[in-house]
Amino acid sequence: MSNNPSSIRTAAAKVRHLGSAHAGTHHAWRMRITSLALVPLTIAFVWVVVSLIGKDHATVRATLGHPFVAILMLLFLPTGVYHMMLGMQTIIEDYVHGEHAKTFSLMANMFFCAIIGLACIYAILRLSFV
Amino acid sequence: MVNTDQSPAAREARRPMSPHLQVYRFALTMAMSIAHRITGVGLYAGTLLLAWWLVAAATDAASFANVSWFMGTIIGRLVLFGFTWALFHHLLGGLRHFVWDLGYGMDHPEREYLAQGTLIGAIVLTVVVWIIAYVVS
Repeated sequence: MSNNPSSIRTAAAKVRHLGSAHAGTHHAWRMRITSLALVPLTIAFVWVVVSLIGKDHATVRATLGHPFVAILMLLFLPTGVYHMMLGMQTIIEDYVHGEHAKTFSLMANMFFCAIIGLACIYAILRLSFV
Repeated sequence: MVNTDQSPAAREARRPMSPHLQVYRFALTMAMSIAHRITGVGLYAGTLLLAWWLVAAATDAASFANVSWFMGTIIGRLVLFGFTWALFHHLLGGLRHFVWDLGYGMDHPEREYLAQGTLIGAIVLTVVVWIIAYVVS
């Protein structure tokens, strides 16, 4: 393809390797990396949540604030939120075609994920240090 | 009879269309594909509950009592059950994508087995986790 003399792609475009969306394969690759990380992290997260069912506030505080659990949650939460932000971005790009609606939806997605991610991380840090 | 109407609407109607959902015979793999996306959206919305739980735990006993009360209601339990299932369905669906990424499981019998395994595996894991949850609590 790159040696096709009739190609209209410029030499610079071939070197940059970003394609027509100007974003290359970063999105797909980050989706794979976060997916891989989330396999063990999700299993550990489910373990933590199940172990806390029916427990009183003091026990939940102590468990979530325990360094081992807190570090696990601090790995799981941003990885999961980043993964879901990427996933929702794909869904929006697939189904929302109006330029304004798409831009607004993509922004709302980022804001939602930022709020959820920061709120969860703040809660874990507060449970750990206060 | 060739329609020679050159109005934009008529031209739009004659435009060649690519085949879409309605022309294909139902297959489990297509249902699993959309289920992967729908469970992803469900998990996305479900993070609101996760954030509520964590922030309430970090705030005070009264806030935590509120979230604990909601999770204990029938609706709360149904939502959590659905969240658990969506989590496992999406997790196993992701593993299925890894198998494909490595170049395996795309041919006829294998892809059906993968789809069935994901579907059944997610239900089994969900039920097992909820049995464990009821036993430990």
